[in-house]
Amino acid sequence: MTKVYLSAVTALMLAAGSGAPAVAGSKDVVVEGAWSRASIGTNRPGAAYMTVRNAGDEAVTLTGIETDLAMRPEVHRTSTSDQGVSSMAPAGDIRIAPGETVALEPGGLHAMLMMLQRPMVEGEAFELTLSFSDGGEVSVEVPVLGMTARGPKD
Amino acid sequence: MQLTAIQKFLWVLVGIAGLTFVWGLLWMGPRSDQSGSSQDPAFSAAFELTDHQGQIRSEEDFAGRWMLIFFGFANCPDVCPTTLAEVAAVMDGLDGDADKVQPIFISIDPERDTPQALAEFVPLFDERIIGLTGTPEQIAATSDTFPIYFERIDDASAPDGYTMGHSSHLFLFDGQAGFVDSWPYGTTAEEILTDLRKRM
Repeated sequence: MTKVYLSAVTALMLAAGSGAPAVAGSKDVVVEGAWSRASIGTNRPGAAYMTVRNAGDEAVTLTGIETDLAMRPEVHRTSTSDQGVSSMAPAGDIRIAPGETVALEPGGLHAMLMMLQRPMVEGEAFELTLSFSDGGEVSVEVPVLGMTARGPKD
Repeated sequence: MQLTAIQKFLWVLVGIAGLTFVWGLLWMGPRSDQSGSSQDPAFSAAFELTDHQGQIRSEEDFAGRWMLIFFGFANCPDVCPTTLAEVAAVMDGLDGDADKVQPIFISIDPERDTPQALAEFVPLFDERIIGLTGTPEQIAATSDTFPIYFERIDDASAPDGYTMGHSSHLFLFDGQAGFVDSWPYGTTAEEILTDLRKRM
């Protein structure tokens, strides 16, 4: 069900529709358990969650995300201090070692979807593309669950 | 008496140490009070803020009921919706006892969170949750009343160029608005419900 698109070097090649042979690395990335919560309109940012597993033998680096749902999608990290103060900041590049899984989950990393282009409606889904430093891309279908969803199975 | 610069500095240090100590007591004290006995609470909830329907609300409006109070802002895409979802699940789990508990979300982003903005956000998780906001001064005062911290963080990539850092604990108060317990962010609804049921 997860569609995997690969590109060798640049997004330009993708735009031209020329799928190039895969470079080792992001082709071994498996994205699972994607989910998001319904939004109220488009004024406030949404968030999407998933796990990103590097099933290959080489480290991969997640460099960015894209979706037509939001003008400004970005991986952010929520961190909570010992005193219980939570704050959010762009996460920057995320290196995933061979065999390692990085979880985008509530209270930690999340795909922050800023400047929504349309409301996130329960029951619908949107496509999110993860970009890696080797030029590879992995796309995943993210289902929109209810506002009170607490995980991918809700 | 003239204070030298060093003396002034030392007095400031004493002040900071004192505040830190009191703050520490607020956090640590209630943790040892597992019995909900007749000990005085570490602090009491006190607020007079505007709810998402434009009504002025104070802790006295909820006398005789437990209050679940947490802080956040409507532009928060991760922690706040997650906590709201957990609280909604707690309310569902309480079934017939839900009317003994009042969940309250207090905005720490008064610039953006008008009553109307909260009305479009808070009750959609659970219509029993009340959203409260106020003037920046009123909201600043809540961090004196409650042992919470919040700050505006400039972030060019965030909506309106800023985000908020804030205490993400969920606080429980008894029917006299006395502090009973708090749960750190990430505590599941099931754990909160178990704790709550033991106390009710």
